[in-house]
Amino acid sequence: MPTKLRRTDVVVIGLGWSGAILANELTDEGLDVVALERGPWRDTARDLSINFVPDELRYNARLDLVLRPAQQTFTVRNNAGQTALPMREFGSFHPGNGVGGAGVHWAGITWRFPPSDFRLRSHLSERYGAAAIPSDMTIQDWGTSYQEMEPFYDKFEYLAGVSGRAGNLQGTIQDGGNPFEGARQRDYPNPPLKVTFGPKLFADTARSMGYRPFPIPSALLSRPYINPLGVAMGECTFCGFCTNYGCANYSKASAQTTVLPVLMLKPNFKVRTECEVLRINVDKSGTSTTGVTYVDSSNREWEQPADLVIVCAFMLDNVRLLLLSGVGKPFDFRTGEGQVGRNFSYQTQNSAQGFFDNKRFNFNPFIGGGATGMAIDELNNDNFDHGLLGFFGGGSTRCAPIGAAPILTRPIPPGTPRWGGTWKKATVDSYLSTISVGCESSSYSDRNNFLDLDPTYKDRLGRPLMRITFDFPENDLKMSQYVTAKVAEIVRTMGASQVVPSPRTGHWSVVPYQSTHTVGGAIMGADPSNSVVNKYLQTWDVPNLFVVGASAFPQNSGFNPTGTVGALAFKAADAIRNLYLKAPGPLVRA
Amino acid sequence: MPVITRRQLLASTACVLAVEGLSRAVARTYAGALPWEPFDGSPPAMERPGPSRFFTHDEARAIEAIVDRLIPRDELSVGGKDAGCADFIDRQLRGPFGDSRQLYMRPPFAKGAIEQGPQSPVVPTQRYRAGLAALDAYCKRNFSGQGFASLAPAEQDDVLRRLEAGRVPDAEEQQAFFELVLQNTMEGFFADPIYGGNRDMVAWKMIGFPGVRYDFRDHVEKHNVKYPLPPVGLMGRADWATLR
Repeated sequence: MPTKLRRTDVVVIGLGWSGAILANELTDEGLDVVALERGPWRDTARDLSINFVPDELRYNARLDLVLRPAQQTFTVRNNAGQTALPMREFGSFHPGNGVGGAGVHWAGITWRFPPSDFRLRSHLSERYGAAAIPSDMTIQDWGTSYQEMEPFYDKFEYLAGVSGRAGNLQGTIQDGGNPFEGARQRDYPNPPLKVTFGPKLFADTARSMGYRPFPIPSALLSRPYINPLGVAMGECTFCGFCTNYGCANYSKASAQTTVLPVLMLKPNFKVRTECEVLRINVDKSGTSTTGVTYVDSSNREWEQPADLVIVCAFMLDNVRLLLLSGVGKPFDFRTGEGQVGRNFSYQTQNSAQGFFDNKRFNFNPFIGGGATGMAIDELNNDNFDHGLLGFFGGGSTRCAPIGAAPILTRPIPPGTPRWGGTWKKATVDSYLSTISVGCESSSYSDRNNFLDLDPTYKDRLGRPLMRITFDFPENDLKMSQYVTAKVAEIVRTMGASQVVPSPRTGHWSVVPYQSTHTVGGAIMGADPSNSVVNKYLQTWDVPNLFVVGASAFPQNSGFNPTGTVGALAFKAADAIRNLYLKAPGPLVRA
Repeated sequence: MPVITRRQLLASTACVLAVEGLSRAVARTYAGALPWEPFDGSPPAMERPGPSRFFTHDEARAIEAIVDRLIPRDELSVGGKDAGCADFIDRQLRGPFGDSRQLYMRPPFAKGAIEQGPQSPVVPTQRYRAGLAALDAYCKRNFSGQGFASLAPAEQDDVLRRLEAGRVPDAEEQQAFFELVLQNTMEGFFADPIYGGNRDMVAWKMIGFPGVRYDFRDHVEKHNVKYPLPPVGLMGRADWATLR
């Protein structure tokens, strides 16, 4: 029997980006907030010290900041005809663990999704006709709009100190920014970062080919900054130990560097770490949560009663908690009925690698960070005419050297042996003179891709693992071929002597790292028959339960998700503060 | 100085428990302050050369011979053995990598599609032990009783190519063994010297990687200009030693 604790106003599950933002906003409202975090406490001074953080073996090869599969993993299969097997080690994506979540080891690229993406099905139907959308493609509108999202994107960008250049200021297109972005009320809080030779060459070449390059919006800061909460951040040093690492400079935005120094001092907040939520408790009526039950690291169970429960875990765990708690109707792919687990999608990674003459080109590839570089957006989303192409979607194209620590970054031309003298010479010849241009592309939801509970495999606590059924839809594979050919053309024009295009082909594999941009499964929308949460991230079935994160995306855009995750957290907080607390109950009438 | 309230342990959870794969795990409540303590990080301990901790004498000889063929001595660098790759592997096998304690190792183990990732119950220590024994038997059978370490370099290369291509008995296991050794050898060659390989930062010097300098602001916009400074590791540089 769980030991019952004293009631609190709010329980937040997971203290990453979303959890920290929600907890800070709701404690400002005077509510007592308890956060439950399954991983350890982490802060910059103690856990991300410059004395040991630039360690490629520990953080990039052994993934020390990432969730341990021994604690929890997922089972995977490409289609419902296969038997799912567990990801025994993480490859394809890297879920976070501990305070700060994946926001500790993320890259820092911080986009807004464009206006057309929030009404994707409507937009494509209007432009190409509803019949042009394949019947298995279950893309849908978000139930909100870019206009409604804009103030919250703004809040997140100023919280994180995003460095960039506006492309559309209140409707006026700005030189040097992304001309395809939605109108923003004001510029980024910080100017763009400087760039190294590779991104400069990419941008100059792209411009000469008619593209309009712009700096990647980056949560790695271009200068010292004090955010609206009064938290001071430092300037990025281009150290090259960024994605999969924590930042010792206080220059990569995270819960640690933007929110926690304020949140932790509040008397009405506490966080319990190494405490994993077992289930969300729902009363007999099925319409109200009474709190959560969790287990601490001594395997002792506790019940934490609360008036409001906000689920802010890694998006796959958001969905899993709903399924384990019996909230909502699980999706049944055979009938297409049910909502929880529906519209799981991912991100379609493409790239073209260029090998350059090492007597003429030295990119110093070890200088960089997760979000330092230049981009173009002509190949993204619906920024080009898809009428005759036979697919929808696209990707943001960018040259962004993230660092080149050599256990995992030591390119050699295809066909080179992997060891011995020939390998060594090729490694030396290519290390400084090779660069990649990536195209982080959309992933459109499909009836055959979904999440449910695995019938066989259990976690350490005996609960079923989440089962991922996913493969790249035909639409996305066609899109990959198209955009990658365009990217390869740019790399060739940059002067590469050999270009190696890598469009996404074949089945989704869990082995190579692609991105941690898994989305969907508890999606937002305007209609409870095809969504789990309303536009305020409030569950349709249980009004005092909110589910915040990339689990709310109905499909994925050709952009990294974190900017939108942060905006959704502020949007949910705003709705709770200004609507829910005044009149607890459903904020949208179904 | 801010007043530091120490971590408040939940009364019930004041003992550290050995949760699988989570040696530091203990449930804690933090409130009222940032729980910061000086010098409370967890840097890796420096690995020192010396007797093997995992490999037997014969196994160590074989591994040293393998890493010396995967990374041969030439005008670009010393060989894998002198770079410390065998020591690196030996030390890694005695740590959390060796027994896969952080990975999901619950049954059932089934053979799946390649896209579903590794599904073997065999952990690295077992794979090395069995792989080296099979390699030894294979060499003795085919090279008049000689083990791998006693073969000529060209013969060693030939055997390694057979392992890599699966042209040996028990091909699947031996290929997996080869892939593991190749992965770990490269890790040892290119990782920070604190783990026992990349001795004297030999691999970093070879390719021009400056290590953990952590601040390149002054060179970001020096486009197409070679970075001028030599590498630094987590332990500093050998020529700083007198300053310690």
